[in-house]
Amino acid sequence: MARTGLADPSQPVLRLDGIVKQFPGVRALDGVQLALYPGQVTALIGENGAGKSTIVKTLTGIYQPDEGDILLDGQPVRFPTAQAAGDAGITAIHQETVLFDELSVAENIFIGHAPRTRFGLIDKAEMRRRASEILTSIGAKIDPDVRLRDLGIASKHLVAISRALSIDARVVIMDEPTAALSHKEIEELYELVDTLKAQGKAILFISHKFDEIFRIADRYTVFRDGQFVGDGLMAEVTEGELVQMMVGRSVDQIFPKRRAVLGNPVLQVVGYSHPTEFDGIGFTLRRGEILGFYGLVGAGRSEFMQSLIGITRPSKGVCKMGDDIKIIRSPAEAIEAGIVYVPEDRGKQGAITAMPIFQNVTLPSLGKTSNNGFLQMAEEFKLAREYTQRLDLRAASLDVPVGSLSGGNQQKVVIAKWLATQPKVIILDEPTKGIDIGSKAAVHDFMSELAAQGLSVIMVSSEIPEILGMSDRVIVMREGRVVAELEGDDLSPETLVRHAAGITSEAAA
Amino acid sequence: MNALLKSRESILVGAILALLALIATRFAGFVAPANLAAVFNDTSPLIILALGQMVVILTRCIDLSVAANLALTGMMCAMLNVVYPDLPIIVILLLALALGAIMGAVNGLLVWKLDIPPIVVTLGTMTIYRGIIFLISHGKWVNAHEMSPAFTAFPRAALLGLPVLSWVAMAVIIVMAVVMARTTLGRSFYAVGGNPHAAVYTGINVGKAQFRAFVISGTLAGLAGYLWVARYAVAYVDIAGGFELDVVAACVIGGISIAGGIGTVGGAVLGALFLGVIKNALPVVDISPFWQLAISGAAIIIAVVFNARADRTKGRVILKSAEHAQ
Repeated sequence: MARTGLADPSQPVLRLDGIVKQFPGVRALDGVQLALYPGQVTALIGENGAGKSTIVKTLTGIYQPDEGDILLDGQPVRFPTAQAAGDAGITAIHQETVLFDELSVAENIFIGHAPRTRFGLIDKAEMRRRASEILTSIGAKIDPDVRLRDLGIASKHLVAISRALSIDARVVIMDEPTAALSHKEIEELYELVDTLKAQGKAILFISHKFDEIFRIADRYTVFRDGQFVGDGLMAEVTEGELVQMMVGRSVDQIFPKRRAVLGNPVLQVVGYSHPTEFDGIGFTLRRGEILGFYGLVGAGRSEFMQSLIGITRPSKGVCKMGDDIKIIRSPAEAIEAGIVYVPEDRGKQGAITAMPIFQNVTLPSLGKTSNNGFLQMAEEFKLAREYTQRLDLRAASLDVPVGSLSGGNQQKVVIAKWLATQPKVIILDEPTKGIDIGSKAAVHDFMSELAAQGLSVIMVSSEIPEILGMSDRVIVMREGRVVAELEGDDLSPETLVRHAAGITSEAAA
Repeated sequence: MNALLKSRESILVGAILALLALIATRFAGFVAPANLAAVFNDTSPLIILALGQMVVILTRCIDLSVAANLALTGMMCAMLNVVYPDLPIIVILLLALALGAIMGAVNGLLVWKLDIPPIVVTLGTMTIYRGIIFLISHGKWVNAHEMSPAFTAFPRAALLGLPVLSWVAMAVIIVMAVVMARTTLGRSFYAVGGNPHAAVYTGINVGKAQFRAFVISGTLAGLAGYLWVARYAVAYVDIAGGFELDVVAACVIGGISIAGGIGTVGGAVLGALFLGVIKNALPVVDISPFWQLAISGAAIIIAVVFNARADRTKGRVILKSAEHAQ
């Protein structure tokens, strides 16, 4: 650890220059630059899709850049593996830490490089001694013998950081480390960051929360759509300027939103609460409306939606459809009531990839395509054909498994599946996440058409252009609560970011 | 995937035919129609159990208690027959189905309501069911002379040239084929195994579907229990000991994915027949019993390797040209 103390604070430890990373159909990083200085915290700021996680993966040896240089102490280096990045002293602490629940704290800190005895066995006493030394150095009061699973998330972060210190890390990447922490734990994390700074570590801090960026960062770098926008010292920038850099895009996507004539209220939610996930959510959804739900990751949007369709139960709150109070205790009851949810994670929660397309489409509608429990294959094909055609799905046959389709087409199957239930309200959670631009346009177009036909849409999205382009009205959630309901002239990228990130000062606007 | 499964099944048919041809070179009598029918009859209990096991495996579970269920049901039927020799066979059959279903339901409830891993549940009930046989029989055998003639005659009775046991197996195959391909129940098994998270959102209760799978498996094990005891005309604690492994092996050979969601009735039946042919043929072609076990085991491993490879080839289609070429 001695060498870091001698580093010249005016020279970056690590510098990235002109990094390009190309994926099929998308340029995730387009010539970005980034510099990390010893003893300083650099905040990396950008919207979803700006390229923040791609740069982290490039730094930690998971992705190889297609072009550009990585300079460590001014020397060009390459990280062909995660191991190589670790050996070079670069370590990342993720939102969900990657540690071993069943091992002790000391074992977690030293796994892979445990001190050995003369006989080549693990020297437990030495390991425990060094572990508690490191834990003490960062002010963590954690017993090195305790099993990791018995610790809270904040303590797990401390263990992860201790692990980084045990391998003499020089660069520590923190990817939204506070997303799952309580207020008190966040304060402790700030103190830890100060400790690391004092030890001369270069820290890359990724966060959406402006208050914490201004609290702990010394420098900032802003990315937008895979491009470098600007960097500088935190002392020389205002919140408003940062927001401007983040969102100030040229509007190059055209959204097919048609101004629909809004009808009567279809769904009214009053005071929906959950013990730990959200509190007092209320809104009214009208016929033909597209209601956007904006917020940072972890704001509780998906959790609320899952409760609305009966996956979890709210502790309080009423859901009314028309004049009737609906009590929805299971997804089957939600489908019956006419509320369907298209989950965010296609792979995990959406399609059943080994199943043929038509069986996926009819799965929630089997009540309609069966007779006393016996399937009516002809009806199934008819229903599947009707809805896949409406979504312009391209597939050789409806008999092929969904797993053989491209991501965009899989998404279409999932949406077709839900439309086939003929719902009154459809909830789309990040409907265009991870699909190509052509398929995105088709999904947007279709969403508009649905609303025009009188279906009410709730769209959960973290993409500002999509939210602004598609919604009649936007509800902003932050930390489990509704913080703003915006429509018309109030809707702008700046107001969305301000409410979602919890920026209170008017000067930021 | 359908085409792939079909080809997997046709490969299995090919493997069975090749095996028969090979055996025929050593012992031509094995492939005589009468002997093949006898092999099918001998494999019938395995087919019945494999079809139940298939449903359970499709839902990402496993039922290790099937052989113990079979033995317990068989013992109860035999003891009942000793006490009430005049009870009609139909009553015994219904009772066997019910007893099996109850034991399956116990497994299913433990998996569904208490959320215990299926392998743990069925390992436990496997031992418990065997233990109950010991308790009720005090470790004694029920022998042929104690059973009524009608009781033991039923599975062997010839009907249109085949024993009833074979007909029962065929009936089970047909019923299961209809259930799996043509009912919402069958569809829900595939959905739950294919992607339990997605199944939840479509309104399917994953735990309940798994419960139902265990009930089906248990019911079929109960049915096989009576047929087994009646056919061999003996009931004791250890009948069909270790048979659950043959049943799982038949499913694996038949291409039922242990990861759930993939598999067909045809595959399970062919897997069982493949094992049945090997087990029946090896003794007649004079291979020592020591080698027989090794060869059966090798067949299972080869089948798994083959299945794993087949699964691997279905990579994602990223290239546009490949998508159109399909």
